[in-house]
Amino acid sequence: MASSLLELSALSYECNGHRLINAVNARLESGTRTLLLGPNGAGKSVLMRLCHGLLQPSAGDIRWHPNPPARQAMVFQRPVVLRRSVLANVTFALRLAGVSAKARRDLAQEALHRVGLALLADRHAPTLSGGERQQLALARAWAITPQVLFLDEPTANLDPGSAATVEGIIHAIHAAGTQIIMSTHNLGQARRLADQILFIDRGSITEHTPANEFFAAPRSHQAREFLSAERP
Amino acid sequence: MRGDGKDTKADGVVSEDLQQKRTLIERICENAGMNDLGAAFIQAAHLLAGREPALLGVIVLSLRVSLSALLIASLIGAPCGALLAVCRFPGRRLLIVAFNAMMGLPPVVVGLLIYILLSRAGPLGTFGLLFTPAAMVMAQSVLIVPIIIALTRQVIANDWEEYAELLRSLGARWWQIIPTLLWEARQALLTVLLAGFGRAVAEVGAVMMVGGNIDGLTRVMTTTIALETSKGNLAFALALGTVLLVLVFLVNALAYLSRPHSAQHGI
Ligand SMILES: Nc1ncnc2c1ncn2[C@@H]1O[C@H](COP(=O)(O)OP(=O)(O)OP(=O)(O)O)[C@@H](O)[C@H]1O
Ligand SMILES: [Mg+2]
Repeated sequence: MASSLLELSALSYECNGHRLINAVNARLESGTRTLLLGPNGAGKSVLMRLCHGLLQPSAGDIRWHPNPPARQAMVFQRPVVLRRSVLANVTFALRLAGVSAKARRDLAQEALHRVGLALLADRHAPTLSGGERQQLALARAWAITPQVLFLDEPTANLDPGSAATVEGIIHAIHAAGTQIIMSTHNLGQARRLADQILFIDRGSITEHTPANEFFAAPRSHQAREFLSAERP
Repeated sequence: MRGDGKDTKADGVVSEDLQQKRTLIERICENAGMNDLGAAFIQAAHLLAGREPALLGVIVLSLRVSLSALLIASLIGAPCGALLAVCRFPGRRLLIVAFNAMMGLPPVVVGLLIYILLSRAGPLGTFGLLFTPAAMVMAQSVLIVPIIIALTRQVIANDWEEYAELLRSLGARWWQIIPTLLWEARQALLTVLLAGFGRAVAEVGAVMMVGGNIDGLTRVMTTTIALETSKGNLAFALALGTVLLVLVFLVNALAYLSRPHSAQHGI
């Protein structure tokens, strides 16, 4: 898989006069798992949307080296499903990714099997529960074997068992060479999955450090406060 | 009640009075032809039960013309409505306002314009379409295209808000997005189509002008009802009116029952 490096320089995003992302700089190495941490409303989801190309920066640059990965996927915080069967939701993504009609069905079924939705393949997707939708969104992303995968709190609605399964899948996707950029509020999960931590507070990156360093001794006082809330 | 004694006495007087009034009213009704109404209903029922060929011909032509108009209007209107919902281009807002305003096009004006277009001296005069069912299909299509465009745009705009990020994230381009959104909104769009059909089949003025209401050729339910009523042939008009009513009722019932997941939620 082509290696790609994501470089943000003086990246800002404004909406209705509010500066949601404030001149951030960062380099995200290919092949790493970067976890975005930060309080609610810090700008994690907005930053991922910017990097994924769903939002246009108000100022600054997003550069991929050598060039933007053709296959990117994002699992949204609030997963959206199409009004068709669970299986058709996945084959639809595969069709847009240019997968041949013959291969789609098998790939989709395998993806559903991976996330534990195989039995619900024929269900009308809008009838899925919140957690099942999140699993479907992950299957949809996994199926197209993206070079970069954005995950916005992918286990927020999952029971502990399903969350563990999803963590295993993220591990596997990463092991296959995919760059992972993910947000979570589950610090245990961040410890288990992260190579790098990117800490965001009110639209600014206050620290970008290797995970072990971050959890041992956070540098910014915002991160220290954030972590201290976990152990009262 | 003021006093029991008085009321019992008065009862006799009142009933006599009432009897007189009733005979008077009956006489007036007969003169005014109100009994014709009952007779007309019975005759209409006979016409319908006997599958009167003239009646059937009118009904079949009506359905043919309006369904053709609906097909043409939706093939044009649904993609245009979706395009207006999804694509940003200069003049888009103006178009949206224009199509919303055109939902209320006066049928006689549309009739007049199509008439001019198709009349022998008009730009399309050489095709000889005036006073044919094709002209009526044209008129009804023009009338309902703005309805289909405007309603489709509303439906698709709501869905687009929900699906925009997902579809863009999956790398869909606009020519893939439009058919996807139309398919996602299929339930709501059925209601839009039924609204268009309802307007087409119930329209009188435009088809009267461009069709000419020629017996056996261009007579549809509405124009026949208008004509037969003016001739005093209430039975025929009522029979057709009943069919039209039932049709519109069924169309709306269908629209209601076909809402998403009505089966799962028990209506
Ligand atoms: N379209 C928008 N218009 C206005 N404000 C917005 C918009 N999108 C996001 N915001 C604001 O930007 C801020 C950052 O939002 P974002 O969704 O990135 O937060 P987050 O870090 O993902 O939070 P959470 O952990 O709760 O998901 C929030 O204050 C939010 O209200
Ligand atoms: Mg978020």
